[in-house]
Amino acid sequence: MPSFDNIVVWTGFALFVLMIPAFWRVIKGPTAIDRIVAVNIIGTKTAVLLVVIGQKFEKVGMFVDFAIAYALLNFIGSLAASRFLHKTRPTAGHAVDD
Amino acid sequence: MNQETIVTAIASFFILCGLIFFFGAALGLLRFPDFYSRMHAAGKGDTLSSLLVVLGFAIYQLHDFSFADISHDWLTILIILKLLGICAFIAITSPTSTHALMDAGWEDGILPDLKNEQANDLAKDTRKDGTV
Repeated sequence: MPSFDNIVVWTGFALFVLMIPAFWRVIKGPTAIDRIVAVNIIGTKTAVLLVVIGQKFEKVGMFVDFAIAYALLNFIGSLAASRFLHKTRPTAGHAVDD
Repeated sequence: MNQETIVTAIASFFILCGLIFFFGAALGLLRFPDFYSRMHAAGKGDTLSSLLVVLGFAIYQLHDFSFADISHDWLTILIILKLLGICAFIAITSPTSTHALMDAGWEDGILPDLKNEQANDLAKDTRKDGTV
């Protein structure tokens, strides 16, 4: 049975590797909201990754506060972006070519 | 079977389940054909996987906890409460932001990828301002 320290390291690595498909969705699009959803997922996983890093450094009490702040900022950011797109309709459902 | 072995096994199980669900979310985000099905995979998989991983780490904090020296271990209880607070926060906010983004996408004019033309007409009818 592997030690919990190894499990923590590989959990962080797996979280990072699984962020790459989400980042590919950020690049590929095709609509603006697809990109925002993918960024939202990456943000949530970063909050989890902060807890993982805190466990690795054995300072969870410190890093858990960072994770709370990051999750809060992520939530506010995605809500603000969704309200912006709701009000202004800058893309009108068409794929954005930039 | 001492306390540390049992707690580590349970925590590892939770974390592994969370990673499997995150793998499903990432795969769905990558492979699904239209916006709404991608939102479905992303919203559900993201919420549950974050909950399971954080819950696994919250359980692991109990590995050297004992009620005998509670004056020394009260900080562990505080950390567990904070981790459970993150769990509750994610459980509330992640579906909320998924719903808000889905609503913004709908009002933005993104159509679901439907084969049936009548279903597409129905989708046009139910939009708030009547536009496509």
